[in-house]
Amino acid sequence: MKKLIITGLFIAVAIAVFLSPLASSHPDGLEKVAEDKNFLQAAEEKEIIKAPVPDYSMPGIKNETAAGSVAGLVGTIIVFCIAYGTGLFLKKKAPSKVKRQTSK
Amino acid sequence: MHIPDGFLDTKTWLALTAVSGTAIAVSLKQTGKTLGEKQIPMMGITAAFIFAAQMLNFPVAGGTSGHFMGGVLAAILLGPFTGILIMTTVLIIQCLIFQDGGVTALGASIFNMGIIGAFVGYYIYVILNKIIKGSKSIFINAFIASWMSIILAAAACSVELSISGTVPLKTSLIAMTGVHAIIGIGEGLITIAVLSFIKKVRPDLLELRHG
Repeated sequence: MKKLIITGLFIAVAIAVFLSPLASSHPDGLEKVAEDKNFLQAAEEKEIIKAPVPDYSMPGIKNETAAGSVAGLVGTIIVFCIAYGTGLFLKKKAPSKVKRQTSK
Repeated sequence: MHIPDGFLDTKTWLALTAVSGTAIAVSLKQTGKTLGEKQIPMMGITAAFIFAAQMLNFPVAGGTSGHFMGGVLAAILLGPFTGILIMTTVLIIQCLIFQDGGVTALGASIFNMGIIGAFVGYYIYVILNKIIKGSKSIFINAFIASWMSIILAAAACSVELSISGTVPLKTSLIAMTGVHAIIGIGEGLITIAVLSFIKKVRPDLLELRHG
């Protein structure tokens, strides 16, 4: 189990840190359609919140590649923790449910 | 396909937030019922992988890029309800920490990429498995289901934009499904690459699907 977590997380982190700098910077499908069909401006200045790491670039790091890699690393770890945590939480709640079902 | 704030009007994003909220509640309940010890780390790993892979925009025709979505992959690995939860986790973090997708559009994104991308995509895969059989069928079916999940998510996004009055339906539907028909090929290829990698190194992990 430990080996699975380490290997899996290592692969995800490696992608986020080492491959993300190679990503295409062209607009994505929806953004491109919005540009072509003239509705991109509908989103201008409409952001409800100011996210701490906008556009996958860690603020305070001058080197663009490094800023992207650090952002990717941080995001991957946070997502792992929340998804893993959700699983642990649901599992913790589960045994009582199983009991209830069997006692019926 | 992460919709920014401003593209959807209030009635549309409120309705989709309600639908997605309900779907998340149901998914938490269903996942809690069937989740086993082995699935828990895979939930974390799959979500982390999808987040990382979504950063890798690959170029498609005409100055456009696309990236992996991962809904069908998550659902094939862990089941349709857990698939929704994994997509939700990724989308919430992308929105709140990386400004990728608007807060008001979060429900819409979860609808498009979780409910349609993972859940509906998964059942396309299940139906295909009943039609196309054979030794390589899981890969063929995973490819078709992944490709279709992208097209359907793009179509849903177009409908939402048109209901919001942002762009006429016909215009967005043709443009969105057109470009995503190409992006979907990337989706299908990445999905089979991951599945065949797992089959080679840890085939037991392909038996974790539940709920």
